[in-house]
Amino acid sequence: MSLIFSILAIGGFMCLFRIYKGPSIADRAVGVDIMGVLFVGITALSALFYDLPYLMDLAIALALFSFIGTIALAKYLEKRSLDD
Amino acid sequence: MRYLIFFSIGAGLWLLLTLTLRIDTLIAGAVVVILASIIFGGYFTGRPVKFLQPHRIIWFIIYIPFFIWYMLKANIDVAYRVLHPGRPIKPGIVKIRTTLKTDIAKVFLANSITLTPGTMTCDIDGEFLYIHWIWVQSEDITEASKIIAQPFEIFLRRIFE
Amino acid sequence: MISPLGWLIIWIGILFDILGTVGLIRFPDVYNRLQASTKCVTLGTFGIMIGIFLLKGFSPMGIKALICGAFLLLTSPVAAHALMRGSLHFGQKMWKGTVIDQYGVEKLGGAQIEKED
Repeated sequence: MSLIFSILAIGGFMCLFRIYKGPSIADRAVGVDIMGVLFVGITALSALFYDLPYLMDLAIALALFSFIGTIALAKYLEKRSLDD
Repeated sequence: MRYLIFFSIGAGLWLLLTLTLRIDTLIAGAVVVILASIIFGGYFTGRPVKFLQPHRIIWFIIYIPFFIWYMLKANIDVAYRVLHPGRPIKPGIVKIRTTLKTDIAKVFLANSITLTPGTMTCDIDGEFLYIHWIWVQSEDITEASKIIAQPFEIFLRRIFE
Repeated sequence: MISPLGWLIIWIGILFDILGTVGLIRFPDVYNRLQASTKCVTLGTFGIMIGIFLLKGFSPMGIKALICGAFLLLTSPVAAHALMRGSLHFGQKMWKGTVIDQYGVEKLGGAQIEKED
């Protein structure tokens, strides 16, 4: 169990590395998107392990908000071009 | 009519999410679903009865394992490219033509292309799709369409048109 | 019988998750990173959801996991598509090994490929 969470945490740290390092805003947006989907998986797995059914509701809400946040980031990128 | 079908889908989803028949959750769900179907029901499909014909549902059920098999192949492909020390990629954006007509079929085609081996949709413009391909096999429009879109169009035409 | 199968699918999902994030580190430009990580992380999280459904059966948690998985499968490609279109219009250059950019030539006035140096 702690093995699974450590593996997923390594994945989260890789996303954080890309957000920290990313040469441009687009790279950081990709990192945020992937980290959102990864956290949905982590939340669902903790609902399974600790047997707390309400964490599954939290996972659904997190998936929704991650989707809306990514769409907002993409719209922001599309309107704001690199040369201004 | 379309408001009624939107309402029944929303109510079914609410019952699946709560899984209780207590009176207070039922009242709250009814209020939320009625509001949602008043606001968003107008955007729903114009001819909902079309999607309830049995042969469309059977083709959709056949489509699901086909799609999951393609997704597994895509992931093994990406895993090979990630773990290979030489990083064998040759990316590019190509243009393909689709023969599907309706909007919902195009959306499903774009999503299917995104989740299958090495390809990803960038933009849809009428009957043309722009595809980011991680290993470009052909820059010609008809040949690329045959490689990328053909396997899905056979199914999606039977499901949605 | 069902329970080991569920654990196996959860482990496969975690394996694909970690491969997707490795792809996020290793690939050279935004488009390739998006391609690799979206595919792998979507299938990985979907696998975790299917595994939870197989372990829990038709209890509230299992049904919610199934709904969450279907939702991810519908929305994740749309989010990736929006991000890709956004970064193309943003003016992000493609990697210098790119062979063809038909979108840039037709829509943005000139291919968006990094110069070889």
